[in-house]
Amino acid sequence: MINQLSWKVGGQQGEGIESTGEIFSIALNRLGYYLYGYRHFSSRIKGGHTNNKIRVSTTQVRSISDDLDILVAFDQETIDVNYKELHENGVIIADAKFDPKKPEDTQAAMYAVPFTDMATELGTSLMKNMVAIGATSAILDLDIQVFEEVVQEIFGRKGQQVVDKNMEAIKAGYEYTKEQLGGAETMQLEKADGQKRLFMIGNDAIALGALAAGCRFMAAYPITPASEIMEYLIKKLPALGGAVIQTEDEIAAVTMTIGANYGGVRALTASAGPGLSLKMEAIGLSGITETPLVIVDTQRGGPSTGLPTKQEQSDLMAMIYGTHGEIPKIVMAPSTVQEAFYDAAEAFNLAEEYQCPVILLTDLQLSLGKQTVEPLNFEKVEIRRGKLVTEELPEIENKGYFKRFEVTEDGVSPRVIPGMKNGIHHVTGVEHDETGKPSESAANRIAQMDKRFRKISNLKFDTPIHKNAPHEEADLLIVGFNSTRGAIEEAMGRLEKDGMKVNHAHVRLIHPFPAEEMMQLVNSAKKVAVIENNATGQLANIMKMNVGSHEKIHKILKYDGNPFLPQEVHTKCKELF
Amino acid sequence: MATFKEFRNNVKPNWCPGCGDFSVQAAMQRAAANVGLEPEDLAVISGIGCSGRISGYINSYGFHGIHGRALPIAQGVKMANRDLTVIASGGDGDGFAIGMGHTVHAIRRNINITYIVMDNQIYGLTKGQTSPRSAAGFKTKSTPMGSIEQAISPMELALTAGATFVAQSFSTDLKDLTALIEAGIKHEGFSLINVFSPCVTYNKVNTYDWFKENLTKLSDVEGYDPSNREAAMQTLMQHNGLVTGLIYQNTERKSYQELVSGYSETPLAQADLKLDQAHFDKLVAEFK
Repeated sequence: MINQLSWKVGGQQGEGIESTGEIFSIALNRLGYYLYGYRHFSSRIKGGHTNNKIRVSTTQVRSISDDLDILVAFDQETIDVNYKELHENGVIIADAKFDPKKPEDTQAAMYAVPFTDMATELGTSLMKNMVAIGATSAILDLDIQVFEEVVQEIFGRKGQQVVDKNMEAIKAGYEYTKEQLGGAETMQLEKADGQKRLFMIGNDAIALGALAAGCRFMAAYPITPASEIMEYLIKKLPALGGAVIQTEDEIAAVTMTIGANYGGVRALTASAGPGLSLKMEAIGLSGITETPLVIVDTQRGGPSTGLPTKQEQSDLMAMIYGTHGEIPKIVMAPSTVQEAFYDAAEAFNLAEEYQCPVILLTDLQLSLGKQTVEPLNFEKVEIRRGKLVTEELPEIENKGYFKRFEVTEDGVSPRVIPGMKNGIHHVTGVEHDETGKPSESAANRIAQMDKRFRKISNLKFDTPIHKNAPHEEADLLIVGFNSTRGAIEEAMGRLEKDGMKVNHAHVRLIHPFPAEEMMQLVNSAKKVAVIENNATGQLANIMKMNVGSHEKIHKILKYDGNPFLPQEVHTKCKELF
Repeated sequence: MATFKEFRNNVKPNWCPGCGDFSVQAAMQRAAANVGLEPEDLAVISGIGCSGRISGYINSYGFHGIHGRALPIAQGVKMANRDLTVIASGGDGDGFAIGMGHTVHAIRRNINITYIVMDNQIYGLTKGQTSPRSAAGFKTKSTPMGSIEQAISPMELALTAGATFVAQSFSTDLKDLTALIEAGIKHEGFSLINVFSPCVTYNKVNTYDWFKENLTKLSDVEGYDPSNREAAMQTLMQHNGLVTGLIYQNTERKSYQELVSGYSETPLAQADLKLDQAHFDKLVAEFK
């Protein structure tokens, strides 16, 4: 009996690798297992090696695993590229059609199963992925009935015959492999708790969070790995009266979103690094005009087109400082799919309360890695609109303008939306006075700049740092953000087993940086390791700027396009001592 | 009902005396009053440049954005509140150079807003450089030997992009211009109005007199039919684009708002933000 399993299916892009992983995962998620998926894919439509690695566990996992138990291969390349991940008791299940060859330097077992031929015999070679699922079930000694419900849902609209054929394909793969196995030992998974949980990617959670927060308009331009947010909202917004516009470019996406927010609807745009680079001028417009704006940045490998389908966390500095000039801005970084949901919803509240741009930062692995999510609590989603004026306004004499940019104690001014009587004012990206009229007066400039920055000097943010800090005096504090959370958590467990006292801080509010809270954690640790997927250590540098302690802070960096493995974090942290 | 005076505010424009933009401002104020708007029902969204300042010179809601982006901002405002009358405006540099991509796509998207371009064939605010509307050979600080690029023909371009309302006017023809803006506001879809608005400081070629000599009123073209796209194109080519009046209108094609699936009849800005629990549960069920 094993309590966790690492399974990978690979082949040529466009060959149904995705759906194989999908059916396998959904069924196991429904049994109550915790899953964590990782997609290796290329920036092309057909062809090229692609694989889907799925970790299955009886307890919560938030990272890909170091090694591999089962590799399902639709071609030789899949074996050659991935076999080294297999541990000595690992298993390769390969399509007999390509006459698979097992590399000499592996102790893993290999079973050639005629995926394609069996599927063809049952009607269509398309069902070869079903045969592969059946073969996997034999290795796991899993009852194939667990797939019936999912197969029914996916193929039901094509008729019962198609459903039956697909189930037959699973059965054929199962029986063939069972026979091949003979009496060999299977990898039986411990029974899961049977609890009902969700299975989703970060981008789904963000889009759902936006809907829950009342977002009714989105303008966006397609880009990897952000497009799923737009595609989800295109499907769901019509039922709520809202709309999505796929714009001509990234600049139109952000400026249309600014226009929509100014017009009074909660609106969103989402993109990745290249899009964010193009949106920079408009982010400044949102800042100086104090127009609420929510932007999602799903980080991927940069710069320029960079590594568009790979993991990286290198937009940090650009998101904090990006746009010329100086504006107040909020940059949030959820670390789990669940947080992505709540943070997306909260981003709309903060954007309206502080009347400034809010950037919701994710990374490719968090945006696209499908994982098990504990049920989402809709009651936790609040809607707070800050100083939005809803009651009737008194008449202003002599065609005076409403003081939309009134200098107030907390820096936040009352906000009216167009259409409101007696609320007329001007909005401009030029420095302006309290009514929005352009002004170059030095005194006014200082008053307006100070007012804008005053807004976020007292930012109220729930849990700016996710802390797992059991030690008052720690040997090591590990710091990260976004999707590295799982790898750090597992490494922390191993380091503790090694006898080290370890605290973990995952930064959820990147800007304004929670300096005081971080300072306490840094002060109570002998050394600090900052884990990030970039080449220059951007978070580590931000830490140094905000908390000092330069000599204590060490950078552990990975920028080859792949997420951290727990063992990499473990090893690199040990090397610090 | 508001009169045009109520669309005047107490801000003094910083345009040069004699600038064509003053008349455009007056025509917009008159047109707004003539179609029965109250000041708070109108949002003027403008770009950057001399003419971009217009949003601050009309007593209505106004948003002065960034260079070339008046149109996407304006479309966002309209999507948020379909009850508002939205006028985007700016200069020829704003609409036909840095913002040209948005112009073409706003035309083909056909959201129900009006776009007024104040076309002076030069960059004024930056003190006299060539514009995409400057004629070949036009000498400016940035083209001391004369422009070697071809001028854009915005009206022809609009027709090929699938425009449903294309008009052109001259800033001194206050009556005609006002009527065209009114028609543009009433048009169910995107209306583009290009206005020759002379720059008295930097453009010594395309002057008031030059336009008076060279412009042809479409009302003087015998049998001109603004519903005939092919004839509109021919007429524009025959007159080198120098015509004024309603060039083309298609009243059959529906606006974006009419076509977009599920789009709320009431302004999104007034929508109840809270989802009901059952709706949320239905959405979540898809991830089980």
